[in-house]
Amino acid sequence: MAGQALLSARGLTRDFRGFRAVDEVDLDVAPESVHALVGPNGAGKTTLFNLLTGFLTPSGGRIELAGRDITGLPPERVARLGMARSFQITSLFPQLSAREHVALALQSSSGLGWRFWRSAKLLDRYTERADELLAEVRLAELAQAPSAALAYGRKRALELAIALALDPKVLLLDEPTAGMGLEDVDRTVELISRIRAGRTVVLVEHNMSVVGRLADTVTVLQAGTVLVEGPYEQVRADERVITAYLGAADAAH
Amino acid sequence: MTSTVDTAADASRSTPPSGLIAVARAPGWVRYALLAVGLAVAAWLPNGLYPAVAVDILCWALFAVAVDLLLGFTGLMSFGHAAFWGTSAYVTGLVAIHAGLPFPLAVLAGALAAALLAVPIGYLAVKRTGIYFAMVTLAFAQMVYYVANEWRSVTQGENGLQGVPRSFFGLDLTDDYYFYYAILPIVLLGLAAAWRIVHSPFGRVLVGIRDNPARARALGYPVHRYKLTAFVLSGFIAGLGGGLFAVGHRFVSLDVLHWTTSGKAVIVVVLGGIGTLWGGVLGAGIVVRLEDWLSFSGFEAIGLVTGGIFVLVVVLFRRGIWGTVADLARRLAVTRRG
Repeated sequence: MAGQALLSARGLTRDFRGFRAVDEVDLDVAPESVHALVGPNGAGKTTLFNLLTGFLTPSGGRIELAGRDITGLPPERVARLGMARSFQITSLFPQLSAREHVALALQSSSGLGWRFWRSAKLLDRYTERADELLAEVRLAELAQAPSAALAYGRKRALELAIALALDPKVLLLDEPTAGMGLEDVDRTVELISRIRAGRTVVLVEHNMSVVGRLADTVTVLQAGTVLVEGPYEQVRADERVITAYLGAADAAH
Repeated sequence: MTSTVDTAADASRSTPPSGLIAVARAPGWVRYALLAVGLAVAAWLPNGLYPAVAVDILCWALFAVAVDLLLGFTGLMSFGHAAFWGTSAYVTGLVAIHAGLPFPLAVLAGALAAALLAVPIGYLAVKRTGIYFAMVTLAFAQMVYYVANEWRSVTQGENGLQGVPRSFFGLDLTDDYYFYYAILPIVLLGLAAAWRIVHSPFGRVLVGIRDNPARARALGYPVHRYKLTAFVLSGFIAGLGGGLFAVGHRFVSLDVLHWTTSGKAVIVVVLGGIGTLWGGVLGAGIVVRLEDWLSFSGFEAIGLVTGGIFVLVVVLFRRGIWGTVADLARRLAVTRRG
């Protein structure tokens, strides 16, 4: 497994002032799979996510992306090496239009961003590709709208378009359906199942029905450690998982 | 489409939240008309004001635009920009006195020295944000002030650098009226450079970093390096202003490095409108003119008046003069179209 994993972690650990949020976690994400990280609140999902993307530095352990050690690299380096992330709380540039967001992501690998002596019209070259990506997440007709004016579900869709614009090896989505109404959840699940074709996705998600519909592999975290890992149906049936987490969630449905 | 979902028309009609995009997206004829008015005012200025005051306004306009490049477009409030203004003033003065170069070359040397100084200061400062960034820049500016104060053999300490020449290929520029027109092209170049920076791919990234640094990093932008580049560019433009100020006054005193000079630059930008670029130019005109008028009428507590106006603006017109006017104009335009 480890040999063919696109993204892998070994013994990944993070301490916060005596509190171990992530404790010796091993993770292997297979290419072109959707891999979900689930677990109750405080299980360490978001910390793990921030460790993988460089927003937090591990206290111990090692992370590899496509065979390359990325442990301790800053987020911008990790992003440039092919790891794109969305944010749990919608995180956009309120002044820029949807198209400008995607263009900013598209130009990030070009070095164009350093040209302070050139006109911003130079970015027009990305318009066509930006509009294609916006169409892919069904935002084509909102390309010129300032992001601040977009409805919540649309902002999450724009987050996806931005992440896709980086043409990532691995796409990490932090609770893509958090705070959404049922209708938006369905739209987002449909969107992710469409864009996952040929891509590798890591997903932090609370909503188990979303996980069931999208994930090939599920890793259940509890108190910073891996409780169970496997295909959704198998994980769902696991006694430990039912007691720790799923039981409560299923009972609620 | 359901009722909860916005439509394209609704989204594009809503007002963008700041001056930057509003000005950039004002109709072409409005922008050209504003440019024409601005150039006309610049061409007329020394006929309507004391030429020496007009010269000061030009220098402070550059300083303000430099500070706004950081404050308005990168989200960094420098409270130590006197370090760059003042260092350039001293270097310009020394080069002009000792090397006898034409004054534009002396000013260029001063501005380059300021940019060079901005590299280490910026390198250490951009790792902090908010009030900590302001404090780090203030601390470095104070260090530069004390170095200049102690290094008397070079700076003449409290006596200041006397007799900075206005050499320019034998032309007689001793009259402030002609000197104004001699420096105007340099100032316009500096302002145009600031405009270009703001409206470049680089400027677009800066605004992104200002609004959402974590997102910018996730897109692969090295935020610190971008901030440092902006800091150095800002130091250079502030240095252009400071160098011209030295030649304009034919004298450099320790005041150019004093923390109140940094504070005045921030006041000018806030008054004119943060993140508007030209607001700083307007603010420079108002503050310099007002201070001159107050001191001429023998009023002692100038700081009381400028400080009072500053408080009023912050309380009543938080977007400054330019920002408030641009906002009103935009609302009028929207109402008329709607």
